Amino acid sequence: MSAGPLLQARGLRKHFPLRGGVLQRARAWVRAVDGVSFDVRPTETVGIVGESGCGKSTLARLVLRLIEPDAGTVTFDGEDVLGAPPPRLKRLRRDMQLVFQDPYASLNPRLTIEDAVAFGLLVHGTPRAVARERARALLGRVGLDPRLYGRRYAHELSGGQRQRVNIARALVLDPRLLVLDEPVSALDKSVQAQVLNLLADLKAERALTYVFISHDLDVIEHVSDRVLVMYLGEVVETGTADELARAPKHPYTQALFASAPTMDPDRRMERPPLAGDPPNPIDPPSGCRFRTRCAFAMPRCAEAPPAPRPLGVGHEVACYLYDAEPAAFIRARTS
Amino acid sequence: MAVTTALPGELEAPALAPMSYWRTVAWRLGRDPATLAAGGALVAIALAALLAPWLAPYDPDAGSIRARLAAVGSAGHLLGTDEQGRDMLSRLLWGGRMTLVAGLTPVLVAFLLGTALGVLAGYVGGLTSTLVMRTMDIFYAFPSVLLAIAISGALGPGLANTLISLSIVFVPRVVRVAESATVQVKSLEYIAAARASGAGVAAIVRHHLLANVLGPILVFSSTQVSLSIILAAGLSFLGLGVTPPAAEWGLMLNTLRQSIYVNAIVPALPGVAIFVTSMAFNLLSDGLRDAMEIRG
Repeated sequence: MSAGPLLQARGLRKHFPLRGGVLQRARAWVRAVDGVSFDVRPTETVGIVGESGCGKSTLARLVLRLIEPDAGTVTFDGEDVLGAPPPRLKRLRRDMQLVFQDPYASLNPRLTIEDAVAFGLLVHGTPRAVARERARALLGRVGLDPRLYGRRYAHELSGGQRQRVNIARALVLDPRLLVLDEPVSALDKSVQAQVLNLLADLKAERALTYVFISHDLDVIEHVSDRVLVMYLGEVVETGTADELARAPKHPYTQALFASAPTMDPDRRMERPPLAGDPPNPIDPPSGCRFRTRCAFAMPRCAEAPPAPRPLGVGHEVACYLYDAEPAAFIRARTS
Repeated sequence: MAVTTALPGELEAPALAPMSYWRTVAWRLGRDPATLAAGGALVAIALAALLAPWLAPYDPDAGSIRARLAAVGSAGHLLGTDEQGRDMLSRLLWGGRMTLVAGLTPVLVAFLLGTALGVLAGYVGGLTSTLVMRTMDIFYAFPSVLLAIAISGALGPGLANTLISLSIVFVPRVVRVAESATVQVKSLEYIAAARASGAGVAAIVRHHLLANVLGPILVFSSTQVSLSIILAAGLSFLGLGVTPPAAEWGLMLNTLRQSIYVNAIVPALPGVAIFVTSMAFNLLSDGLRDAMEIRG
């Protein structure tokens, strides 16, 4: 049990219908998440990075079964999440919690923050007084003095304070896995650092496992052990954070890292960053979805999507460039 | 603008006693003179109607041929008499009861039923929503006056039928507001967070949804009261509402209408009563909307 992955996702797929007409029939499908698989081992932090609209948030909601996937499986500590009947699902939910991106929409404006944090415990049958006491203790732990803030409403707090409340709410059920959906993207840089430090401390204290979603490469590189790079609903590259930063393999990952501003003049862009917007997920390109923006696109890229192929321990990339003459290519790239 | 080392915002703000939502609303209402005046007027009108049996100087239905259409201020009849010689003050007091009942009941029914249906449609979505909302659209397709007249005409005159027909007019409106408010709140992340913590539908609706949609629905419903009063009076005016000789402001307006050439002031009195009451309700709902707004 301890050796295996804590969370295992296999072939997750979610296509959202675009409805129209009198009968509200599906006219087209938005392919938000298409065949995503990954493992999360206990106490590690897996980062998920990609442009806006690549399906990161949908993936988070699929894993927690807030949205029902069209296909695929999610296993948490050996238990099937997607097939769990309501009572078992309710118990599983205690173990996997979510911290949202928007610190404004994620707190009920009509609850005091201690009630907002205590709500999860009440749902699971904890007596009100005990729940409130635990909520107040946890608020103190995330840096909000319960005597000053406990009876306040969300709109009386700043963005960073609200995000602390969100973290407290997610932790109140003592989960083992925390899915963080862009937890610091809406915050100022200085507040970001405080919240990231808090998350790191809490992880160490409670032996938590994180799935950390962000579009910010710096943040992802800083917090993650392993990183998944997503493009248009698919994972294009998986590897350790160090490896991806040092030697990104997929042309998209390379472009992502190349477009990140750097302080080192020698590392400044030799190549223009990605041009244009991602294609429409309603009608993605055939074969490899990145080929329309890829500098190395070949005829075969349009034929069939490349399967992920291993490049090293824990490093996988879905790109045909590494089929034929990987050595030659890598030499070309690094010189 | 001297440089201060302390952080006054952070130190002082939490020291203030935090106010609960309803206390904040009450505090804001207390500082809004127009709303207070409207509220006071409504309380006075409601009390006058409630205490009509004790306040009215005459039997509202007993007339006298010899004392027809006395002018306002004539001896013994403070507000004059109507075309059958009945005391106007007594009839206005008694009529207020009917008008308020006919105005408030449909809105109350619509508030309860409309909230239930709207939240159901909005939260469940899918086929349920289509079924509920398209049914409401059928009623919504008719102009409200026409719909009220048609239903009242089919059911026949009488207070009960007026209430039924007006409720049918107002339920779809409230459903629409409740549904759109629910759909909007449902998509917010705190609802998803509640689901993620394992809460069932009942707990989410009770603790997270209702508290956030009731405000807009309540405010919208309160704007409908004045319309309901006018429609109820209109139905009576057309002979489809309260039946004579009972006093009701709309009905009084109808029966006094021919007398306008004899005495212009007395026939205008029920109209003034309707105007003042519906205006007060409008002002009150405006004030409620401002006071109940959540400011971030």
